[in-house]
Amino acid sequence: MSIRSKAYIVGAFEHPTRKAPDKSTAQLHAECARGALADAGLELRDVDAYFCAGDAPGMGALSMADYLGLKLKHVDSTDTGGSSYLVHVAHAAQAVAAGKCRVALITLAGRPRSEARTPLAANVPEVPFEAAYGVQTLNMYAMVAARHMHEFGTTPEQLAWVKVAMSHHAQHNPHAMLRDVVSVADVLASPRVADPLHKLDCCVVSDGGGALLVVAPEVARSLKRPRVKVLGAGEALKGQDGGRVDLSYSAARWSGPAAFSEAGVSPADIQYASIYDSFTITVLMQLEDLGFCNKGEGGRFVADGNLIAGVGKLPVNTDGGGLCNNHPANRGGITKVIEAVRQLRGEAHPKVQVPNCTLALAQGTGGLLGSRHGSATLILERE
Amino acid sequence: MSTPAQDRTLVAPISDAFSAPFWMAAAEGTLLIRCCNACRAVHWYPRAHCPFCFSDDTAWQASPGTGHIYSVSVTRKAGPQPYAIAYVTLEEGVTLLSNIVDCNLDGLRIGDRVEVVFKPTEGGAFMPMFRPV
Repeated sequence: MSIRSKAYIVGAFEHPTRKAPDKSTAQLHAECARGALADAGLELRDVDAYFCAGDAPGMGALSMADYLGLKLKHVDSTDTGGSSYLVHVAHAAQAVAAGKCRVALITLAGRPRSEARTPLAANVPEVPFEAAYGVQTLNMYAMVAARHMHEFGTTPEQLAWVKVAMSHHAQHNPHAMLRDVVSVADVLASPRVADPLHKLDCCVVSDGGGALLVVAPEVARSLKRPRVKVLGAGEALKGQDGGRVDLSYSAARWSGPAAFSEAGVSPADIQYASIYDSFTITVLMQLEDLGFCNKGEGGRFVADGNLIAGVGKLPVNTDGGGLCNNHPANRGGITKVIEAVRQLRGEAHPKVQVPNCTLALAQGTGGLLGSRHGSATLILERE
Repeated sequence: MSTPAQDRTLVAPISDAFSAPFWMAAAEGTLLIRCCNACRAVHWYPRAHCPFCFSDDTAWQASPGTGHIYSVSVTRKAGPQPYAIAYVTLEEGVTLLSNIVDCNLDGLRIGDRVEVVFKPTEGGAFMPMFRPV
């Protein structure tokens, strides 16, 4: 059974905070839920399904559902890191299509700037063979960048163009953490944190969150908001393959074609793309694996402003992305869906709005690109 | 430019009934990898079952511990001193996450040949790492 055209996103809310020392994580989840419900014109009692991931306090959805006051027929706490919330949209569409629920609420929130990080669990099987080596999020992306440069001749200047494009968009977003336009030279002059990545190749760390509402067609038709239809979805995981490590591609190689096939469209049809930008290399890798350019040509594809709205061929992350705007709870997936919804509704900032945007893609990569990660691809259409 | 590798304080790995032979061999200077008796494939990190054919007939196999750097990143801003995290591909064909040590970190390149060395952790166990040859 396909989910094509079986569910709609009718509510989308990005919390405006970027630092929340005086609010609990649960409170931020609730504020995001209220924001999405108000955006859609729905009430809490309309919600009959709830989706959350590892950022939600408590066991799975148990604590949050009780805290929010939800009465549920369907629940899903799939965690694939920052890509979880794109997976949740797909799973919510599946549940709606199967008749298991009508109104699904998805929330994300966290406070990495205000709260200490939880340590890794001792019973994770790879940890004894990896933890002592100093595994960090940034070096597990940096090794992918180093390998890409080695295999394909990608340059630090080309990676820097991704950041430059996001900064051009962020200047128009009053909530963005970093609103100054930067140049390729600025990125290369910033300190190297993990070779070959510079500080400005890395996303921001922000408190905050977001929420989405995925509903059945009859619910969507009863509301006043523009209707954004889920046209196709794909998800995939990639690990170390028993030691046959290949850093030249990501799991988007599988999630992308699955989503395009279900939607019945191709990369050339996409007018706007939200591409997870934990690091500059993440964007380049996903663009190649989704088929926006050939493998190895991502460096040339992102260069010279090609991702800047109104300038290049493929506007990407017109909110400023994780690199400049927001990466709440160290998990940016939900903001990828939210900006795609804004574009399809025509509610993006006028300076970055894609004219008559009817077809958009949202792409997430969660976990560690260099060891174990999840990829999720959504294709969305304005009805 | 020169950034000499410095020894770091290493968190002791957790040993269990399955992995104990690995850590005992490491303390004596031998790198063990895991081999499947059913499909003959070697795998990393070590498991009791084969991740390729799912047989549970697997065994430890001593490795000469030589190979080359598949990828490397000198991590400069994540701890008290810089260190090189790397994927090393052994002659047997498996690729291990590790560190490159006892070298000038700025001189490391993908493709460089390396050999295993063992560095002590806080708990007394030894972690396999690699140095250029």
